[in-house]
Amino acid sequence: MIHLRNINKTYNNGTPLHVLKGIDLDIKKGEFVAIMGASGSGKSTLLNILGILDNYDEGEYILADTLIKNLSETKAADYRNRLIGFIFQSFNLISFKDAVENVALPLFYQGVSRRKRNALALEYLDKVGLKDWAHHYPNELSGGQKQRVAIARALITQPKIILADEPTGALDSKTTIEVLDLLDELHRQGMTIIVVTHELDVGKRADRIINIIDGQVFTGKSEYQENGKTK
Amino acid sequence: MIRLLDSDQWEEIFDSLTRNKARTFLTAFGIFWGVFMLILLMGGGKGLETMLSSNFAGSASNSGFMISNQTTVAYHGFSKGRYWNIKLQDAASLKNNIPEIDIATPTVRYWGASAKYNNKSSRVGLIGEYTDYAVVDNPRIIKGRALNDVDVLQSRKVCVIGTKIMNELFPNGENPCGKFIDVNNIYYQIVGVSGKKGGINVGSSPESTVHLPYTTMQNLYNKGDNVDILCLTAKSNHKMSDVQYKVEQYLKRVHDISPDDTQALMKINTEAIYSMIDNLFTGISILVWMIGLGTLFSGAIGVSNIMIVTVKERTTEIGIRRAIGATPRNILSMILTESIVLTLLAGMSGIVLAVLILQVMEAALSDPTLEAHFQIDFNLAIGAASLLTLLGVAAGLAPALRAMNIKPVDAMREE
Repeated sequence: MIHLRNINKTYNNGTPLHVLKGIDLDIKKGEFVAIMGASGSGKSTLLNILGILDNYDEGEYILADTLIKNLSETKAADYRNRLIGFIFQSFNLISFKDAVENVALPLFYQGVSRRKRNALALEYLDKVGLKDWAHHYPNELSGGQKQRVAIARALITQPKIILADEPTGALDSKTTIEVLDLLDELHRQGMTIIVVTHELDVGKRADRIINIIDGQVFTGKSEYQENGKTK
Repeated sequence: MIRLLDSDQWEEIFDSLTRNKARTFLTAFGIFWGVFMLILLMGGGKGLETMLSSNFAGSASNSGFMISNQTTVAYHGFSKGRYWNIKLQDAASLKNNIPEIDIATPTVRYWGASAKYNNKSSRVGLIGEYTDYAVVDNPRIIKGRALNDVDVLQSRKVCVIGTKIMNELFPNGENPCGKFIDVNNIYYQIVGVSGKKGGINVGSSPESTVHLPYTTMQNLYNKGDNVDILCLTAKSNHKMSDVQYKVEQYLKRVHDISPDDTQALMKINTEAIYSMIDNLFTGISILVWMIGLGTLFSGAIGVSNIMIVTVKERTTEIGIRRAIGATPRNILSMILTESIVLTLLAGMSGIVLAVLILQVMEAALSDPTLEAHFQIDFNLAIGAASLLTLLGVAAGLAPALRAMNIKPVDAMREE
């Protein structure tokens, strides 16, 4: 599903910063992968590249048999819309739209009619257990509910992969479990999920943990894995 | 793809405009005020113009007046300071000698007379005139009749009076026609009332002028063949100033006046006055356009500024939209349409309000003898609306381009 070969990325803000130093990575269809690393390790940059939110300088990124390289903004927007479902730490719901409208928004950019996409949005809200909250605005929802709305929004386009950036970073332990259960459920249904996190509880749920240290994939055993196994 | 007819797009715009009502209102107010002022000023200027020109209605726009004066240069054996007069026969011979003249009609005048009826009186000016004087200065008869050739031929003691005299001598609204008034101890029968107001006049104002047949006044006031004011109109496509120059040359030659004497013959020319008024209105309308467009322009800059602030504020939202699949073009069209809708809505309400006020002004200030057209015409309104759309695009362009360049990662950075 995802195939990264020797990905290099350098930021040129004053002094050049070589963030990713030749990342090689393969993620199979239906896999639940956690990308872990300390802050500054380059995991966010890697996520941005995986999400076609940022360009890379060198290497090759193939997502669902499509080479993702030097895309125009319009093309990139189209791929993001169709191939990828995003889940963010800060939920990133639009505050003046209610839950249904937020979930339906990706379909708006596909040109789906309002009736059709609202019906579909309601269906997906039901899947995340928020049917009764369909017409509440984000400020009327709890953190866990907001994240579940965001998950519904990520799923509505039936993407190839789900990219989650610290999905539980802003949640308490109880809602963290709710959201993780939901991700597990999606995983069981065959969705490819990539989670960027530094929380061990999240990493433990994944099939595989990829550690990023200093812009490179760390192949040895990390402290996370050690701790995960022993606990 | 700019989906202007998509109801979703409209809902998006409505959402984002209503989200911050105060800011939207204040922005819209800039445009509203600009358009409102522009239309109101244009209508007001036009109303003023029609009001003033209806004042001048009745005065031929190419008429001229010649008045004799003391000479100031000694010439042909005459010393300076000589009194002389334009003579009756000059009028006839001028017409024969200068083909550009359409009408050359002599008048005699008397200023500061008093007209009485019963125990009421009114200060009046007298004018003795031939019937062709009506071409120079149309009396606009509102009651009775104008003076006619038989009145002149028979030296009848009849008169046409102005409205102010009518109102002062006949305050109860009785018909003055047929009544006899006493002007400087001579009785005249009123045959008509002139409705002319203001305008260009030489002598007393038309409202307080008593018009007499030329011969009547000539005899009663011992004018002989002396003419007080010689009135001229030029044939069409001849300029009065040119005609007056020829008339001046002729009169100076006939009356032994030095060609260098600039004081001996006074010339008044409505053409010059009209062109002055024309210039005045051109000036006013340039001013109106400058003020109106200036206000409108600053309104547009206001919209642009607010939109830039809005875009900054909405960086996260725009980033989210971009992340979940909005193309840069989607964002561009969103911001542009918002700007256009805001400008158009505000501008249209400005046009509507200004038109309403102009309509009220027109209704309030027009009366049967004085027409005033304040209302702007439809094409101007259409023009204003298209100008607004253009302004909307122009105002939205900078913020829209800025919004277009927002990267989806910005949504995540902004926290």
